[in-house]
Amino acid sequence: MTFHPARFFVVLMAFFIALAARAADLTVSAAASLTNALRDIAPLFEAAHPGTKVQLNFGASGALLQQIAKGAPADVFASADQETMNQAQALSLIKTEQRRNFVSNTLVVIVPRSTNKVPITLTDLSQPTYTRIAIGLPASVPVGRYTKGVLEAAKLWGVVEPKMVGANNVRQALDYVARTEVDAAFVYATDAALMANKVKVAFNVPTAQPILYPVAPLTGAPNADAAGKFVDFLFTPSAIAVLSKHGFGMP
Amino acid sequence: MDAAWVALSLSLKVAGWATAINLLLGVGVGYALARWRFPGRDLVDAVLTLPMVMPPTVLGYYLLVVIGSQGVVGAWLLEQFGIRLIFTWQAAVIAATIVSFPLVFKAARAAFETVDPQLEDAARTLGIRELAVFFRVSLPLAWRGILAGLLLAFARALGEFGATLMVAGSIAGKTQTLSIAVFEAVQAGQDDTANFLVAITSITCIAVLLSAGRLLPGRVLSRG
Repeated sequence: MTFHPARFFVVLMAFFIALAARAADLTVSAAASLTNALRDIAPLFEAAHPGTKVQLNFGASGALLQQIAKGAPADVFASADQETMNQAQALSLIKTEQRRNFVSNTLVVIVPRSTNKVPITLTDLSQPTYTRIAIGLPASVPVGRYTKGVLEAAKLWGVVEPKMVGANNVRQALDYVARTEVDAAFVYATDAALMANKVKVAFNVPTAQPILYPVAPLTGAPNADAAGKFVDFLFTPSAIAVLSKHGFGMP
Repeated sequence: MDAAWVALSLSLKVAGWATAINLLLGVGVGYALARWRFPGRDLVDAVLTLPMVMPPTVLGYYLLVVIGSQGVVGAWLLEQFGIRLIFTWQAAVIAATIVSFPLVFKAARAAFETVDPQLEDAARTLGIRELAVFFRVSLPLAWRGILAGLLLAFARALGEFGATLMVAGSIAGKTQTLSIAVFEAVQAGQDDTANFLVAITSITCIAVLLSAGRLLPGRVLSRG
């Protein structure tokens, strides 16, 4: 038998594509702040639904929306704010009738644990001692959008924005404070709790709208059946117990 | 689209500085490795090539650990001079310099190795000082190879993303280079901005690579 390079290449490519097609039973695209909680929930879901493998994909809600809108084969989308999910709904990406809020969160200002510069109010952040403040990028990161809204309402956005160090997701803002590269950051209470040995909460920031996380199966879900089941699973006592343990509130 | 031009000029500034620093470092190290024989020369060469093969995130992490405000160098800078490097364009220059350094010193070493040592010896017999031998004989003969390496390094520095994002962050108008601006535009679904930025980046890179191609020694020699 002679060796045909062209034939070999076709076989190789077919094999390569077949490998991609059989990937991932259930892909969940979720807001970065859900990372630890969903990593704990995934094995519980897999145990309850043998044969289903959960793949978790975390990022800023806005970035995940862009991936999905451009055809990423995700099954479930969990966003950290209503606005991103509304955009997904407007693009007919989600199954609207199955959209539900499953957790709530709180916006907080954190500072490095070692610092003695601790702001008490939002206005304190306008003082010159605070030179760098990490904020999620408002265009794609929900926590940044909440922060911008709060600061605009307090007429402080103009003085705080020049100090802003943009973060690509909430966990990056958390990391900047933990490494003491910034003086303060706006994150969720659940994120601050993860690094209690390196950061401390200066104060809670009330938001005009409560921070509610919506979840929904996607219309283009390759595994629509498991997608619906996963969304339902988030409302079972075992999932709620995990979410509460990570500091999330129930809506 | 003003923001795009700001990002382009910042990218050019960062890449320009990185290339200038590498002109000194890369040529020096390349010459040393080409002319001096010492134990562990291959090991030094391998270690210096690492930035080219290591993931930029690994490099970014190393840099954070070293020049971050809790890092060895970073803490010292902060204490002595009150300088914080992270989130400055200088941090972007450091990241770009390190990732593109191997391209310069590799090209320089190869170029110096092609220079006939007899020509240098001939210069020495005519009584020229060592430094002058380097600048008037070795460097001019190796120059085209070095220049090609510098242009590739400039292109690499222009496209640097991972390590830069980790140490310089993404501050619009301050540390947001072209590649980071593209990433953010895509994340935010701003496709118009992304298209524009991608077009600028592609054109700039093609221009740099075309100039590099014209300067490759083989081509120049074959044209007589």
